[in-house]
Amino acid sequence: MSVEPHTVKRVAGLARIAITDAEADRLAPELGNILGWIEQLGEVDTSGVAPMTAVIPNHLRLRPDAVTDGNVRDRVLANAPQAEHGFFTVPKVIE
Amino acid sequence: MTDLTDLGVAAIRDGVRDGSFSARDVADAFVGAVAAAKPLNAFLVETPDHARAAADAADAARAAGETPKPLAGVPIGMKDLFCTKGVETTAASGILKGFVPQYESTVSGKLWAAGAGMLGKLNLDQFAMGSSNETSAFGNVVSPWRRPGDTAPMAPGGSSGGSSSAIAARLCPAATGTDTGGSIRQPAAFTGITGIKPTYGRCSRYGVVAFASSLDQAGPMARDTRDCAIMLEAMAGFDPKDATSLDLPVPAWEAGLNADLRGKRVGIPKEYRVDGMPAEIEALWQQGIDWLRDAGAEIVEVSLPHTRYALPAYYIIAPAEASSNLARYDGVRYGQRVLPDGAGLQDMYAATRAAGFGDEVKRRILIGTYVLSAGFYDAYYTQAQKVRTLIAQDFEAAWEQCDVLLTPTAPSAAFALGEKSADPIAMYLNDVFTVPSSLAGLPAMSVPGGVDKDGLPLGLQIIGKPLDEQGVLNAGLAIEQRAGFVARADKWW
Amino acid sequence: MTEFTYRIRGATGDWEVVIGLEVHAQITSNAKLFSGAATAFGAEPNTQVSLVDAAMPGMLPTPNRECIRQAVRTGMAIDAVINKWSRFDRKNYFYADLPQGYQISQLYHPLVGEGSVTIVLDEKDPNSPVKTIGVERIHVEQDAGKLMHDQHPTRSYVDLNRSGVALMEIVSRPDMRSPAEAGAYLSKLRSVLRYVGSCDGNMDQGSMRADVNVSVRRPGEELGTRTETKNVNSVRFVMAAIEHEANRQVAVLEDGGRIVQETRLFDPDKGVTRSMRSKEDAHDYRYFPDPDLLPLELDDAFLDECRASLPELPDAKRARYENDLGLSRYNAAVLTAEVETARWFEALLGEGGSDVSAKSAANWLISDLFGALNRLGKSVADSPVSPAQGAELLRLVADGTLSGTLSKQVFEIMLETGQGANAIVEERGLKQTSDTGAIEAVIADVMAKNADKVADYRGGKDKLFGFFVGQTMKAMGGKANPGVVNDLLKKALG
Ligand SMILES: [Mg+2]
Ligand SMILES: [Zn+2]
Repeated sequence: MSVEPHTVKRVAGLARIAITDAEADRLAPELGNILGWIEQLGEVDTSGVAPMTAVIPNHLRLRPDAVTDGNVRDRVLANAPQAEHGFFTVPKVIE
Repeated sequence: MTDLTDLGVAAIRDGVRDGSFSARDVADAFVGAVAAAKPLNAFLVETPDHARAAADAADAARAAGETPKPLAGVPIGMKDLFCTKGVETTAASGILKGFVPQYESTVSGKLWAAGAGMLGKLNLDQFAMGSSNETSAFGNVVSPWRRPGDTAPMAPGGSSGGSSSAIAARLCPAATGTDTGGSIRQPAAFTGITGIKPTYGRCSRYGVVAFASSLDQAGPMARDTRDCAIMLEAMAGFDPKDATSLDLPVPAWEAGLNADLRGKRVGIPKEYRVDGMPAEIEALWQQGIDWLRDAGAEIVEVSLPHTRYALPAYYIIAPAEASSNLARYDGVRYGQRVLPDGAGLQDMYAATRAAGFGDEVKRRILIGTYVLSAGFYDAYYTQAQKVRTLIAQDFEAAWEQCDVLLTPTAPSAAFALGEKSADPIAMYLNDVFTVPSSLAGLPAMSVPGGVDKDGLPLGLQIIGKPLDEQGVLNAGLAIEQRAGFVARADKWW
Repeated sequence: MTEFTYRIRGATGDWEVVIGLEVHAQITSNAKLFSGAATAFGAEPNTQVSLVDAAMPGMLPTPNRECIRQAVRTGMAIDAVINKWSRFDRKNYFYADLPQGYQISQLYHPLVGEGSVTIVLDEKDPNSPVKTIGVERIHVEQDAGKLMHDQHPTRSYVDLNRSGVALMEIVSRPDMRSPAEAGAYLSKLRSVLRYVGSCDGNMDQGSMRADVNVSVRRPGEELGTRTETKNVNSVRFVMAAIEHEANRQVAVLEDGGRIVQETRLFDPDKGVTRSMRSKEDAHDYRYFPDPDLLPLELDDAFLDECRASLPELPDAKRARYENDLGLSRYNAAVLTAEVETARWFEALLGEGGSDVSAKSAANWLISDLFGALNRLGKSVADSPVSPAQGAELLRLVADGTLSGTLSKQVFEIMLETGQGANAIVEERGLKQTSDTGAIEAVIADVMAKNADKVADYRGGKDKLFGFFVGQTMKAMGGKANPGVVNDLLKKALG
């Protein structure tokens, strides 16, 4: 399967990973190979087969509606690259 | 007196209990071994104080006549995918450099509660993505094993390569691993140790840096089956903080160990005889069959027809989940931030993630993003999850005919670092035997079976029914007793 | 029904407006959807945040039963299909208010399926048509955090207190055809949620907000391209946004242009919608089932409990008020529009017992109590007068102790002093008198002082009767029973 460099750039954009043109050129055939290899799955007849949901039979537990957490701002902010006045901060966003 | 670092988990536990030696002496011995093994690059962080404090607590408890904890006096290594409160945790990625969790993973917390101490955080493939431990941002882990007359550094397997290398080099008697597609079993096979991935849901994923949530399972790595059973008992158990955790009691696996396999049927899946399998692997597999027959088991051939589709399905599902799981590493709340001059928020994300993730992580994020993107989701992801259902059904059908399955763990012995890193698919093929059981959530372990022509270890894999870790451990024990694997790497570091 | 048809009259002819609403309603719960952090409004930044909400490495979601329960009850209240098997999906995108890099939501298998809401276009018109607005689905999802842009010249601040709060997204069919219909739908939906107790409906605190999908077309033609105006936070603004957006689209189309499918923002100050630059980024959310969570399977016991705990809902209550209590359609509508009003009214009836008629209670509540609350700027929930006190007053009217006029006087004093009606009547002697002897004495006195007018009246000037009533009442200090005064005057004047 062939993957074009501009496709690599679009996907990298979706994934928010900056890549140079040179990297896109290098990655395009590599991803093409991997995706081509993956595509053999198309051979499998899966009509009438349900996609896997829970690998080991188990059901979703629901927890009681109790406040058991929070009030740990110091721990929440402890590793922040930048924080001020109890907020995380990021470069200014224009909406 | 024997070198304390030659002892395994059970021997240390029992020796500390009966006063043959102090826990402090054990901790000091391993702390010294860790400090002296820098060339292996197995540890990212050393925590001698943690190990010694746990040892002192064990000694004090013994002196006070208290009932000993299950792992009292046993120092272990912790794969750096487990968040440890107050101790830097990076998943071997630059993007988490400097991250100090304010919380403890459930599994590590259970081990400390059982009396174990931590020697340090073990290196791994970055975000557990890799099969050779060459993707760590903090350098390759080197296996203690070498080919004869060759100093080329060998791969310890991956992603739990720090764990396998450290145990094989006697830097710790046991360590935690995590297994998404073979990351406990393949490194165990490469380094001549034992490792078990339990049934999906046995060990809590809370506090374990996520790679692929529907596949990730923690498990122990140690020198033998008994040590794995002891460790797994301490690590497993229901955790309400993980929605996929199984609400079941933890069996007494160690007490249940029994190598008598009379009445058991062992399945040999014919599809695992892949093209180009080295003769030595074939021979080892046959040897394993003979051993299990000798242990009383009946051998039956079974078919797992969708085996060849397991790897491609895995390389859709795991990257898809990873692309989403790793979206949180964005430089806002923790970890590294790269903010080019004048960059806006989205530019900051892109720069941070470009600088912080290694090549293999980026490759998988891109694959995962691609297969989930508009127009491709059904053809890739939904199809892969359907194939996963078929793979699970293959195993279901096999359980009609047998109790456990026996296969080789990996298609080759360890390779030298750098030998396969240029070809991603060649690297992915390393997991051809381990991935199907991961996709089906089944318990599976690797035990050393012998060595190849270069004297490098080879492993045999036992796969069990859901929740039948006991059956897996027992078959492993039967092989272990017959293989008599005593080879160890000569110390060169 | 044609008289209600809303059309935009363009230069080239009439245009029909097609509207669908996606309403985000915060589910009333103590803790968040997937973590144990609190949900209260207005806390210090990042204090109601758990390590799960901050998406720390290795943190996992665990679902809150009450949030699921409230969404199911809401679905039942709009007669919707409840899906016993549903699951959570991840919606992937990058933004600073979204710590995980994805929102846990439900795309493929929502908790609640097809349902409907009925609206009445004009409550005051007993013949106003009733319209059914389809609801396509209700799904449960996490709210995002909040970004603040005004605190620093070059930085935005991130507060994750709302991150992970449970929302219901209620998605309507494109069944609305005018701003008024959209307004009625949103008001009705809000009323239902408040009856059910699944959302407090506080739009100014962001507990409820609507994404407004608008397109225009020639009547009877295919659907046009729609735009989505995000996060509009009042009924009035929703109506204004539709009005503006529909007219904008007509202007574009009549100009020979075409409508771009896009996300827009409503500017309440200017009353206009504008394109949202920051969300122009190609939408590719890469939805897939959240592998941290298993499918959500509900059993019959859970559903039975949800159904059994539903209160009487506004439509049923209104019908009962009309049919069983004999209230007018309008009064029934006013009393049932808000759950607090209905609750207050029913408490008033309970306190009044058989002495107080439903009609008189309804009239008093709607005119006197609402009038007073309006003046005081209060809602029925914080009324200074309790239902018991209201009933005490109404009982005095019912037994003839107070006239209409006197009752209004007494009510004013109740509002000022907080005293009960009986005490006020006793203390101030405001009791109306029906004592014929006393009234006859006063009438005799009035007639004696106005002999000329008595003569005029008897000579045929009927209009003077009102004069005698006024004089008598005045002399009685307003406390005479007006019916008795009338009767006695007629007799005395002959
Ligand atoms: Mg929406
Ligand atoms: Zn939504």
